[in-house]
Amino acid sequence: MPVVAERTPAPRTPRQRPAPRPAARKDPAGRAHSLWPYALIAPAIGGMLYLLVYPLVRAVLISFQDFRLRQLIAGHAEFVGFRNYRTLLADPRFWEVVRRTFLFMAINVVLIMVIATLVALMVERLRRVGRTVVLCSLVLAWAMPVVAATTVFQWLFHSEFGIVNWALTSIGLDSFERYPWFANGTAAFAILVTLIVWQSVPFAAITLYSALTTVPLELYESARLDGAGAGRIFRSVTFPMLRPIFLLVFSLEVIWTFKAFVQIWVMTRGGPGDATTILPVYAVQTALSSQRYDLGSAASMITVVLMSGVLVLYFRQMYRQEDETR
Amino acid sequence: MNARTVRPRLRRLPLNISAAVTVVVCLFPVYWMISTAFKPSKDIQSADPQLFPHTWTLDHFRRAVEADGFALFWRNSILVTLGAVLLALLVALGAAFAVARMRWKGRRQFMLMVFIAQMAPWESLIIPVYIISRDTDMLDRLPTLTLIYFMITLPFTIVVLRGFIGTIPPELEEAAQVDGCTRTGAFWRVAMPLLAPGLMATSLFGFITAWNEFAYANFLIIKQQDNRTLPVWLSSFQNTFGTDWGATMAASTLFALPALVIFLLLQRHVTSGFAAGAVKG
Repeated sequence: MPVVAERTPAPRTPRQRPAPRPAARKDPAGRAHSLWPYALIAPAIGGMLYLLVYPLVRAVLISFQDFRLRQLIAGHAEFVGFRNYRTLLADPRFWEVVRRTFLFMAINVVLIMVIATLVALMVERLRRVGRTVVLCSLVLAWAMPVVAATTVFQWLFHSEFGIVNWALTSIGLDSFERYPWFANGTAAFAILVTLIVWQSVPFAAITLYSALTTVPLELYESARLDGAGAGRIFRSVTFPMLRPIFLLVFSLEVIWTFKAFVQIWVMTRGGPGDATTILPVYAVQTALSSQRYDLGSAASMITVVLMSGVLVLYFRQMYRQEDETR
Repeated sequence: MNARTVRPRLRRLPLNISAAVTVVVCLFPVYWMISTAFKPSKDIQSADPQLFPHTWTLDHFRRAVEADGFALFWRNSILVTLGAVLLALLVALGAAFAVARMRWKGRRQFMLMVFIAQMAPWESLIIPVYIISRDTDMLDRLPTLTLIYFMITLPFTIVVLRGFIGTIPPELEEAAQVDGCTRTGAFWRVAMPLLAPGLMATSLFGFITAWNEFAYANFLIIKQQDNRTLPVWLSSFQNTFGTDWGATMAASTLFALPALVIFLLLQRHVTSGFAAGAVKG
């Protein structure tokens, strides 16, 4: 079983720590209260400050300014308070985008979690060879670069020579003869969902499977002895044991699908019309295509705020695991 | 007797069928990319696509490699990616060592910061980064991308390296120190050789992340088309190849190959330490 060589309860730690951490008194640097650790983390801190915190602060500032092409070239942007936010929130198109973002996220995450759980449960029940083959193909699908996968999906769904239209036509669905997938909003939306689910399931399934392998077999046995069926075992044994990992995978998938920018930009640029425009796409379109950097930044900040709810969930989980490894 | 051997097989049938479906669904797009790249054009543009190519050709690969600037974009991608990964490795090694081996005030806070940085909403920072790069005259330049990719891969590298350093018993270094090594010397001579596989794996995953990055490469390199990277070039295949899907798929294959190979080589590590969140597309 090459894919999961090391079974660990938490995906965070590559291996279990073999020896306890040395006490502070053994540690020469610790005893001296030296500046060494701070010197060692200084470059990392510097990088985070300049490349993360500064752009974030700048984005907040711009979202409160009147910042268009003129200000980009000449400088001297004026502060206008909440005007950009008011403009956005009064725009029905913006609300449509928000609604679509949540719809997109919900469909993707539900599909990913359900399929990934089923795949993980299936892999666990397979025999050795079958398990290796399935895990290897999951890894391959996961490894496929986003842009390459997006290009391939465009080819799969090509209206004239695409294999999908050919397959659908040959099983008798003649309406798919030369069906232009990317001209229809719902169809383009569906293709993007398929693409993102295809790309995200491997990670979720592999993570859930490696968590499944940590559940002690005795638990299943005693549940079976008590007469529990498969569904009951999943609800009362598997799910409670895997809850932390479930939560982790769930929040990661929410964040990732919320940020699914590249796939959309490469495949449809948010079109046709607005059919596949979700918040990050809307923000970049507003800023870089229509030169409304202020409105784009405001939309980005709203995105960040919406996302941070999920992030809090993720960090609570992370922090708990951090405590366990300490 | 016979019924007894057939029954379990029948019972396992749905399981095996679903396994087969999973494998086909996972592999088909990858297979279709590769097989299209090797098919002659007339077989690609036919009403009856062949699932298995009858004749093979390298024409599409020749077209892809000879396309304008292919070598240049390949070089750009390699330069940017390697620069970012090496920088991240160097910076992360120091930070990870401090976190895993030293006791200091603020260590927990630092790790929290790293975890937050790992989840940074990069898609929402495109606009300010664009404006900052414009103000500091860094647009259209490869070092800008190197810096961004460095920051994208850094938190993940710190987290993973910390784990790897944690697995090396400090007693080994202490023994070397007793024998007269300095602390730094002990780390380089004793811990580093043990750390090498971890460093390798981490950097390769960082490599994939940076190799695949599209958004910043697309929006920060605008006028200097010579400084584009492979993902951006691939995404504009319609400008390069028009409707030549064979060449497009050949280019995709060439672009995806390093990532696929690295992933397969590293599959052992995939589940253990890398569920951390940075490795995604």
